[in-house]
Amino acid sequence: MKIEILGTGCAKCKKLFENAQEAVKNLGTSADVVKVEDIQLIMNAGVMMTPAFAVDGKVKSVGKVLSVDEIKKIIS
Amino acid sequence: MAEECCSPSEILIFTCSGSSNVGQVANQAAVDLQQEGIGKMLCLAGIGGHVSGMIASAQSAKRLVGIDGCSVACTKKTMEHVGLSLTDYVLITALGYEKGPYSGTMDKKAVDKIKDEMKKQIVKPIKIEVK
Ligand code: SF4
Repeated sequence: MKIEILGTGCAKCKKLFENAQEAVKNLGTSADVVKVEDIQLIMNAGVMMTPAFAVDGKVKSVGKVLSVDEIKKIIS
Repeated sequence: MAEECCSPSEILIFTCSGSSNVGQVANQAAVDLQQEGIGKMLCLAGIGGHVSGMIASAQSAKRLVGIDGCSVACTKKTMEHVGLSLTDYVLITALGYEKGPYSGTMDKKAVDKIKDEMKKQIVKPIKIEVK
């Protein structure tokens, strides 16, 4: 599984990235959590506001800092 | 797109952008509303094409504004197709305009009328559904 955090690097983007890492760790699943900071790539994903959260190329949430529990629900 | 980090786009504007006169008026009204800072346009074709980032963006907006040229209602139907409802809606032919081929000359009066109709709706509060 590939989890992408789309955002140009603000505090909320960082928090979402940390929450995603935590959720993956808690579940014990194997997933890559990566940041996408290139504005062109973010725009190509059709994302209107950041941070956005994507799993295997599908954007699941936009403009929200999902909690660890919310992320667990999405990826499990 | 995505130029504002962490500040949700409260109002997203969708239009059918149809090939007819009314479809083109719908598009121009949306462009003008965006230029005036009322909201941000998002591609209806992206919603129809199931672009996940666009659907998720629409889901997180406070208001979803739609302008359709005629009663075929492509904007409304496309949004409904992905489970989204418009909070504000203008149907141009319902305001007395007749659908026909687009001549290439924009009916600026019609554009202004549609913008005014939409602005009237956008200032009204909407019911927020508590999930
Ligand atoms: S709503 Fe009417 S004018 Fe707009 S795209 Fe559909 S058929 Fe064309």
